Amino acid sequence: MSPQLLVSLLLFAPLLGALIAGLFGRRIGDVASMSVTTGLLFVACALGWTTFFQVVGGGWPPHFTVEIAPFINVGTFHSDWSIRIDTLSAVMLVVVTTVSALVHLYSWGYMADDPARPRFFAYLSLFTFAMLALVTASDFMQLFFGWEGVGLASYLLIGFWHHKDTANAASIKAFVVNRVGDAGFALGIMTVFWAFGSIRFAEIFPQMASHVHVVWRFAGQDFRLIDLACCLLFIGAMGKSAQFFLHTWLPDAMEGPTPVSALIHAATMVTAGVYMVCLLSPMFEYAPTAKEVVTIVGAVTSLFAATVGLAQNDIKRVVAYSTCSQLGYMFLAAGVGAYPAAMFHLFTHAFFKALLFLGAGAVILAVHHEQDMRKMGGLWRVIPITYAVMVLGTISITGVGLPGIDLGFSGFYSKDAIINAAFLAGRTDGISNFAFIISLMAAGLTSFYSWRLIFMTFHGKAKWGHDSHAANDHAQDDHAHGDDHGHGHGHGHGGAPHEAPWAMRGPLLLLAFGAIAAGGLFVERFVGPERADFWRGSIFTLPANHILDSFASVPPAVVWAPLVVTALGFAGAWYAYVLKEGMGARIAARRGLLWSFLYNKWYFDELYELVFVRGAKALGDLFWKGGDKALIDGLGPDGVSHVSYALGKATGRLQTGYVYHYAFVMLLGIAGLLSYALWWFSR
Amino acid sequence: MTGILSLTTYLPLVGVAAILALRLLAGQDEARANAGARWIALATTLATLALSVLLVASFDRSQTGFQFTEDAAWFSGLHYHMGVDGISVLFVLLTAFLMPICVLASWRSINKRVIEYMIAFLVLESLVIGVFCALDLLVFYLFFEGQLIPMFLIIGVWGGKNRVYAAFKFFLYTLLGSVLMLAAILAMISIAHTSSIPELMTYHFATGTQTWLWLAFFASFAVKMPMWPVHTWLPDAHVEAPTAGSVILAGILLKMGGYGFMRFSLPMFPSASLEFTPLIFALSVIAIVYTSLVAFRQTDMKKLIAYSSVAHMGFVTLGIFSGNLQGEQGALFQMLSHGVISGALFLCVGIVYDRMHTREIAFYGGLVNRMPWYAAVFMLFTMGNVGLPGTSGFVGEILTLTGTYGAATWPAIIASSGVILSAVYALSLYRRVVFGQMTNPALATIGDMDSREILIFAPLIIATLVLGFQPGLVFNLTNASTIHLVDAFRAATGR
Repeated sequence: MSPQLLVSLLLFAPLLGALIAGLFGRRIGDVASMSVTTGLLFVACALGWTTFFQVVGGGWPPHFTVEIAPFINVGTFHSDWSIRIDTLSAVMLVVVTTVSALVHLYSWGYMADDPARPRFFAYLSLFTFAMLALVTASDFMQLFFGWEGVGLASYLLIGFWHHKDTANAASIKAFVVNRVGDAGFALGIMTVFWAFGSIRFAEIFPQMASHVHVVWRFAGQDFRLIDLACCLLFIGAMGKSAQFFLHTWLPDAMEGPTPVSALIHAATMVTAGVYMVCLLSPMFEYAPTAKEVVTIVGAVTSLFAATVGLAQNDIKRVVAYSTCSQLGYMFLAAGVGAYPAAMFHLFTHAFFKALLFLGAGAVILAVHHEQDMRKMGGLWRVIPITYAVMVLGTISITGVGLPGIDLGFSGFYSKDAIINAAFLAGRTDGISNFAFIISLMAAGLTSFYSWRLIFMTFHGKAKWGHDSHAANDHAQDDHAHGDDHGHGHGHGHGGAPHEAPWAMRGPLLLLAFGAIAAGGLFVERFVGPERADFWRGSIFTLPANHILDSFASVPPAVVWAPLVVTALGFAGAWYAYVLKEGMGARIAARRGLLWSFLYNKWYFDELYELVFVRGAKALGDLFWKGGDKALIDGLGPDGVSHVSYALGKATGRLQTGYVYHYAFVMLLGIAGLLSYALWWFSR
Repeated sequence: MTGILSLTTYLPLVGVAAILALRLLAGQDEARANAGARWIALATTLATLALSVLLVASFDRSQTGFQFTEDAAWFSGLHYHMGVDGISVLFVLLTAFLMPICVLASWRSINKRVIEYMIAFLVLESLVIGVFCALDLLVFYLFFEGQLIPMFLIIGVWGGKNRVYAAFKFFLYTLLGSVLMLAAILAMISIAHTSSIPELMTYHFATGTQTWLWLAFFASFAVKMPMWPVHTWLPDAHVEAPTAGSVILAGILLKMGGYGFMRFSLPMFPSASLEFTPLIFALSVIAIVYTSLVAFRQTDMKKLIAYSSVAHMGFVTLGIFSGNLQGEQGALFQMLSHGVISGALFLCVGIVYDRMHTREIAFYGGLVNRMPWYAAVFMLFTMGNVGLPGTSGFVGEILTLTGTYGAATWPAIIASSGVILSAVYALSLYRRVVFGQMTNPALATIGDMDSREILIFAPLIIATLVLGFQPGLVFNLTNASTIHLVDAFRAATGR
């Protein structure tokens, strides 16, 4: 099979599945819909790995593009439907199709009781298609199509249980906050178009070096062109990847079914922003200010989200904030110029974070749709497999490994690469130095909240199986409600927790393998000495950017520092949640200032609600009732009609109120005007 | 093919004659006469559609000038002059495309005065096609004003409770613009000594004269679009109009404003257009932000969509006055796309209105439980309204924004907030109507769309998606004429 045909099949297989399940799901039945979508996704997954190995191994050309059809062509605003294959997109193909295939399979078990399964699987496959279109775009329009396409799928899946008001609110929030990012993204595309006369990557990238000093007028200010374009585009990345200020949608997105969180809100869609920055490395490399912005935003997000993660009680929200924080890490890496490290962390993160989410799903299912960790505890005995894979995922995310012999879990390689890169960049500039310190702090916090999750869920006294709401603090708990389905459960809530079915266990075990080994297997290729042969020019770095070549010069203290802070985080969590079990709950019960600040997520939601939501409503009312009704209509038509009504009264019978008469009068009027015109002409 | 334009324009009137003949034949049997009127109207509109498809198919895309021209001396130096270029042929097709859908949408919901109703629609179609084909100023004016009468009647006779108020508001606003436009037309003829539109497009009016003429035309087109602050007639007209009336109003009548700007203001008064661009940009971005926020607060489904129309038309005026190719093509595409999508959205409202006789958003909720197909269709057009890539709504929005950015960055920045706000109001409408629990017992027996209703939506769905993925189908048609328009505008203004 030719490479062109193969990648075309890869792209369209999920779309085909989505269409079959979406349009004919009710006719062909649940099992058929699920089989078709899952089967096609596994096909796509096999094709994805084939593509990856062929491109990386040199069996295929290092980069090629399959033109499918023209999209928008207006003057030089030229875009195509196409499939761009290079190492960068091939890495994403592997990540997306693998996680998606496993999530499809997992959903057989997780969604077993749901009456709308064909719709669910159709949405999952639709998402996968949009994501694949995103990563294979060769111009900004298709990139934007995929970008908003995954947004649509995310909106549909967050609101999948559409009878739940909270789910509906969360889905709209996700869409709208992403739209804020997309507005910036769109302005970035327009800047690129007017500055470079094209929106195709291949035509834009070679122009960068000659445009370094170009000044661009935007919103009445002068900016350095490339910095401006990159910053605007990065706003889009901030929305999609839930970075500081535009992060508020991601925790709420946990209203969706758990497989969705694993696929979209952990492994794939939210990493699109990171992917975009790496894809646009030929631009960002010439945009020092934009890179600083990326670094700062990434660092702040990684720390902010980690602090919030400390105080959450909803198991999925903890993992969600963890995702947010890890995405910050990736941006931090890209910001200091270590794009391969960002992509590497994206790659390993996909495995261990999907694992953690799917594991959390297995826990939630085991305790009958309870998500509040305070009502779990002691579960390791009853669901040992889930426990084991969750611990593996946690070890991986916290980056456990021995720097001396360079052996560890997946997260170890990618996270240390980022921290080392930040350190090296920090030798020359203050912002990277700041990022380096933050990244270490965040690593410690990550370890704390990740182990806190494990300890609260699996260790200590069992708090499930009896209605012990009184024992828990329920009053302030506004969001730890269950991930429940829309129909009555066949099984009662008092039943014993049970291990997940095999459809769920299989993906968990496979992902656990990835969480253990993906890092070690690929570290040399992604960020090591074999890097150039691996990326084959799909990531651009300036000749002066040696960051990944200097790892050997990182002092031992820095190399060992991540392990130390990770150990400290573990010890802290162990102390507060195992040794002195109940200490965490006591701290929470005191409702201290700091605790409240973290528990309420730095009050971002409250602030946004006050400023934007209420602001929009108030303005809308003002414009409607004050502007349209009182001012415009009052002075305009209503005022005129009052006057004419008064006149009408005076003239009496003209005001018959019968529409035909008015129409007749209108006709007469027009006829009159025309006769005047004709008279005027025949003068 | 000479004569095809007149044939397309007057074919609906043949349908009118047939309906009248049937009325006489049917005598007292009102049911039979009504059924006959419906079928004749459908057949006539379909035949007109076939003719306009033929027109588009035989249209020479490489030419910039007017094609299929008919020119006959009328009287007193007036000419009956018809012709289409790439811009107007698109609107002829849009009109002919929406009309059969309107007839089908009124099939059951209109029960009183069916014959008169169908006649009004056919007359309307004839006059609207005439507007887009006319190449003589006075012929244009005749059609342009004439179509007010059937529309006025459609709102005033078959409308809702406040139909008389709405019809008059509609009339008052439009009249104001029309009188000024007529004065300008007469002035133009007296200055240029011709009423031929192609000749006037190359005539150079003195700069000072341009200003006044531009303002007079602006008064008329701004009301038609409608632009802020002369938009308040639109929500009332929509709310009171029957469903098909809303479809035509949003789908075609609003486009006459945009068409007017492109046919008259830009080519005939280029320096005035350039001079007033800041004004247009200001009014457009105000419209986008202001009406989007107002739409967000509406409690009536139709009013919400009507306000969203004003916001979407803001993108059109931005695009037109950006004076570059992306802007003009985007504006044209946005008008076409809005004609399809907003028409479909009004039909979506009509579906539930026919069943429940209310458009109150609060009355509904949870419709997805009983109407899954309706939910899917409504979702598609909601996404089109929001401008999701893959629907036609996206292409127009991104191109008009790009065009605007090329002219000035501030308006583009403010207008891009419309992309956020449209998501706010459109998704919240969808959520309140379709999602959630079904709590209103009155909805317990509401039924999903029947086959006639699906048939109505099918062409609109296809158009939205096909144009969303292959917008080139339209751009190929309009390309030569818009390039010509932009080049002429640039040459005249020295930009």
